[in-house]
Amino acid sequence: MIQFLIDGLINGAIIALGAVGLSISYNVMRFANFAQGEVMAVGAYISLAFVAMMGLGIGRIGPVSFGWPLLVSMMFSILITAIVVLVTDQLVFRMLREKESSRITFIIVAFGLSLIARNVITLIAGGDQQFLSFYIPRAVEVFEGVKIVPDDMLILLITVVCVIGLHTFLNQTLMGKKMRSVAENPSLARVIGINVDHVIKGSWVLGASLAAISGTLHAHITQLDPEMGFELILSMFAALIVGGVSSLYGAVLGGLLIGISEALAVAVGWSSYRGAVSFLILILVLVLRPEGILGEKERDA
Amino acid sequence: MLEFLSFPVFFLIICSFYAISCLGLNIQYGFTGLFNVGVAGFFAIGAYTSAILSGPKYPDTLIGGFELPILVAWLAALVTSAIIGLLVGLITLRLREDFLAISTFGIAITIQLVALNLESFTRGPNGLYGLPKPLSGWSEDPAVDNILFLMICFVILLALYLSLERIYKSPWGRVLRSIREDEFAAESMGKDVFSYRLQAFVLGCAIMGLSGAMYANFMRFISPQDFMPIFTIQVYVMLIAGGKGNNLGAILGALMIWGLWSASDSLIALLVTPDFQTQAAAMRLVVIGLVLILMLLYRPAGILPEKKNVSFLKD
Repeated sequence: MIQFLIDGLINGAIIALGAVGLSISYNVMRFANFAQGEVMAVGAYISLAFVAMMGLGIGRIGPVSFGWPLLVSMMFSILITAIVVLVTDQLVFRMLREKESSRITFIIVAFGLSLIARNVITLIAGGDQQFLSFYIPRAVEVFEGVKIVPDDMLILLITVVCVIGLHTFLNQTLMGKKMRSVAENPSLARVIGINVDHVIKGSWVLGASLAAISGTLHAHITQLDPEMGFELILSMFAALIVGGVSSLYGAVLGGLLIGISEALAVAVGWSSYRGAVSFLILILVLVLRPEGILGEKERDA
Repeated sequence: MLEFLSFPVFFLIICSFYAISCLGLNIQYGFTGLFNVGVAGFFAIGAYTSAILSGPKYPDTLIGGFELPILVAWLAALVTSAIIGLLVGLITLRLREDFLAISTFGIAITIQLVALNLESFTRGPNGLYGLPKPLSGWSEDPAVDNILFLMICFVILLALYLSLERIYKSPWGRVLRSIREDEFAAESMGKDVFSYRLQAFVLGCAIMGLSGAMYANFMRFISPQDFMPIFTIQVYVMLIAGGKGNNLGAILGALMIWGLWSASDSLIALLVTPDFQTQAAAMRLVVIGLVLILMLLYRPAGILPEKKNVSFLKD
C-alpha cells in the first residue's frame, strides 16, 4: 500500500518538475509547449554525454548509487539545454512573436520542433535505449514493510529544493517578479516598462533548466531513448491542468497526483494503460473543475 | 496489361485517404481555427469500427464476425468518430484552445493504447486481418480490384470536395470563418460560438473516421502501428503546405507531400545501406518537421492560399 505511494511520489516528482517548466511557458508565453518533453530528453542526453566523458564510478555520495560526476553533468546539461532552447527561441519563436502569430501556430511549431528534436537525437545518439548509470535500486527498510531507495529520496529532495528555489526566485528577485507580472498581464507589463523579451528569455532558461534536471533524474531511474520525453508529455500536461494552469504549485500538486495515480494503475495491473490514466484524470478535471484544483478562473479567455 | 498501372493506382488510393483526412482537418483547422492533435486517433476509430463490423469472426476475439455490408460499416465508422468527437468537443471546446490540443493529443494516445491492449476487440499488436474489400472479386486480376477501389475514392473525394466548397460559401461556413478570425466579434453578432465550433469539430472528426474506414477495407489488415502520431503530423503538413482554408489546397497538399514521402521511401531503399536505414528514416522526419515549421514561418498561407474574401487573414 505505502510502497506504491512512494513509487508514485518519485514518478510524480519528476512529472511535477517537468510540469512546472510547462507552467512557466504556458503562463509567460501563453501556449502549450508540446516540445517540453523533448527539452527533457535533450537534457538527459547531454548529461549522458558528460557522464560518459567523466566516468561514473568515482566519488559516491553516501548511500546513493551515483557519484559527483552525475551531478556535475547535470549542471553542464542545464547550461547547454538552456542555450539550445534560447537559440531555438531566437530562430523560431521570436519570428512568430514578431508576426503576432496565433496561439495555434505556436503550438503547431512546438509540435514540429518536438518531432525534429526526437529525430536529431536518434541521428546523433542512435534510437536504442541507453543507460545513464548502472542503477540498481538497493532498498533500505526504514519501517516494517516500507523500503526506501536512497536515490529516490535524493530525487524527492532535489524536487523540493527546486520548488523552494523557484518560489524564492519568483517572489524575491526582480526577474521573478517581472515574470509574474508578464504572466498576469503582458500588455500592462510592457506599459510599465518591463522588457517582455527579456522576461521571455528568462522563462525559457528557467523552463529548460527544470527540464534538464527532471530529464536527467528520469533517465537515472529509468533509461534514455529518443521517445522518453514524448512519452511523458501527456502526463505533464495532465499535471498542469489538474493542478491548475495559473498556479505553479498546482503543477507540483498535479504532478504528484498524476504520478501516484499512474503507480496505482500499475499496482492494480493496468500497467499497459498507464498512459491513459493521466488522460482520464485530465478529462475528469476538465469536466468537473476546468480551472484545476488550485487554479483561478480565467479572466481573459 | 494493367501491371504498369498498379503503382500509380496504389499511390493515388493512399493519397485519397490522406486527402479525405485533410479535408476533415480543413473544416476544423482551416475553416474554424480548431487545433486537433488527434487526427490519427479519429482515423483509427473509423478504421477499427469498420474492421470490427465488416470483418470476419476471429477465434480469439470476444466481439466480431458481424460481416455487415461495407457501406453500413463505413457509415457506422463515420457515426462512431462523430460521437467520440462530440464527447471531446463538449468537454473542451468551451475552454482555451490549448485544452483542445492537449485533450485530442491524449485521446489519440489512449486510442492507440486501447488498440494495442484490448485484445478481445482488436487482437492487439496482431491486428485485424482478412477484412472485406468493396467491389472486389469481379476479375481474376487484383489490379482491377484496385482500379475499382480508386473509383470509389474519387467519387467520395469529389462528393466531399463539392459539399465542402458549398459549405465554405454557405452562411454556416461564413460563421465558422468569422469565429476563426475573431470569436468575440462573432459572438457579439449573436452567434453561438461554442455550438458552431462543436458542429465543425464533429463534422471534421466524422470525415477522418470515414477515411480510416476506407483505409481498413482497402488494406484488408489494420494494426495499432498504422495509427502513430506521425500520421497527424503528416496531415498537418499536407494541409499547411497545400493551403489551409482552401479545399483544393488540402487535396493538392496531400498529393504533393505523399508524393515526396513515397519518393523518399524509394530513394532510401535504393541508396541507403541497411545499416543506415534508421538514420535515413530519422533524417526524413527531421525534414518533414522542417517543412512544417518553414511553411508556418515563411509561407503560412500555403501554396494555394485561401481567397481573402472576408477580412485579411492573420497568419
